[in-house]
Amino acid sequence: MNVLKKVVLALALPAVLFGAWWVLSAGSESYYSPPLSKILAAFRTTWTPTQLEAEVLPSLLRLFAGFALAALIGVGAGVAIGLNRRLRAVMEPVLEFFRAIPPPVLVPVIMLFAGIGDTMKVIVIVFGCIWPILLNTVEGVRAVDSVVLDTARSYGVNGTARITRVVLPSASPQIAAGLRQALSIAIILMVISEMFAASNGLGFTIVQFQRSFAIPEMWSGIILLGLLGFVLSLLFRLAERRALRWYEGLRAAQRSS
Amino acid sequence: MLEVKGLRKVYQSGSREVEALRDLTFTVENGDLVCLVGPSGCGKTTLLRCLAGLLAPTAGDVRVDGKAVDGPPEGMAVVFQEYGRSLFPWMNVRDNVELPLKQKKVPKRRRQELIEQSLDAVGLTGSAAAYPWQLSGGMQQRVAIARAVAYEPRTLLMDEPFAAVDAQTRADLEDLVRELWKRLGVTILFVTHDIDESVYLGQRVVMLSSSPTVVQDELLIDLPADRDQLTTRADPRFIALRTRVYEQIQAAKKNAER
Repeated sequence: MNVLKKVVLALALPAVLFGAWWVLSAGSESYYSPPLSKILAAFRTTWTPTQLEAEVLPSLLRLFAGFALAALIGVGAGVAIGLNRRLRAVMEPVLEFFRAIPPPVLVPVIMLFAGIGDTMKVIVIVFGCIWPILLNTVEGVRAVDSVVLDTARSYGVNGTARITRVVLPSASPQIAAGLRQALSIAIILMVISEMFAASNGLGFTIVQFQRSFAIPEMWSGIILLGLLGFVLSLLFRLAERRALRWYEGLRAAQRSS
Repeated sequence: MLEVKGLRKVYQSGSREVEALRDLTFTVENGDLVCLVGPSGCGKTTLLRCLAGLLAPTAGDVRVDGKAVDGPPEGMAVVFQEYGRSLFPWMNVRDNVELPLKQKKVPKRRRQELIEQSLDAVGLTGSAAAYPWQLSGGMQQRVAIARAVAYEPRTLLMDEPFAAVDAQTRADLEDLVRELWKRLGVTILFVTHDIDESVYLGQRVVMLSSSPTVVQDELLIDLPADRDQLTTRADPRFIALRTRVYEQIQAAKKNAER
């Protein structure tokens, strides 16, 4: 019952918006904003299984490669910087500088070095979405409770176990927040890098439709992109809730006491 | 055996110096249960962290079984006051107790035995799968004690472990500490600000002055070894001893004000 209510509430506004779009665009004569009915018809014919495999799968693979790499480097470097005060003093200004650069401007630069292949796109994604992961990890590691650290030390929990069993779990809620931000940045950069130079992928296809004046198909690509982002963030949310069940429980216990 | 000689700790913050511990000397013999009691803010926590090898003293030294402490000594377990922060909330009770044993490279079968025995000993049989935050404060501190007991320490430091639990739970936990101490033959140093608690638990009570801290006095608690909350606390000898300790603590406070 409760779940049903939640689902209904979550779907109500999208349904209303789609309904409004449908009604308002129904009699549209404009070439650039065709009726939604036409867009949906185009969706069905455009995004066939073969087309999904040819255009969406490469995009997703780049996205996952970039995101996973950024997570690995970001968490690794974040733990090192968070644990070492001197390293932090050296790194912090540089990190702030790099973080302030809007990642899309790096696409032309990275193209010069890495060409226009998949490597370029993965590098762009890594470079853009590593910052929230890195900075959140640093903060999370720095915020590990002093009593927790004292306890670990006095029971001889040091070396690798200190990192994997104490520091990382303790910082994990904040690391997850960084990963969540990084995921949406990664999707944006996936599309942008494909718009610059590519021979396949979602971003490439959408630009291709626009250039060949296949307007309903272009719109359908945008809807697909939106759906993709939604599903990915939903999957992330589910994984996060599973991994951080202890944190939810802890917070609920603290609230009620 | 735990020996503390001429221990001094000065905190430096900028150009300001704060002397927390001035000059502390006392000894805890093997198998003793000694209580440290002092007025609030007398640097008990600083002292405990120095003893546990978590904080380097400015001068003087701490020896455990003859070996100078320059890091957490082997065979020592600590029960912290803040059980809510000392237990790892991302691990269930079993994993909390098991992690130090894994670090000590205790074989798996022995670990299972130790976990089971220690949870039984603190009255938490069957709570191994629960997470600390699912338990009450008193039960959480029992988990922390179980973790310490399973570690099989020769020396057990307890830093105001019952300051944050209610009075009835506290009485139960005091009896638990006495019982474990008698059964395991472990050396216990118990830090508290509660005068009655120190007299009830200890064989000896070391009274501390206000900060900067020195040893104000030491008192042998010549109560029978079998103690219980009702008769011991009503014993005229108990009352005489607690009065002694109380007077010394008051004197320490007055000295500080002067």
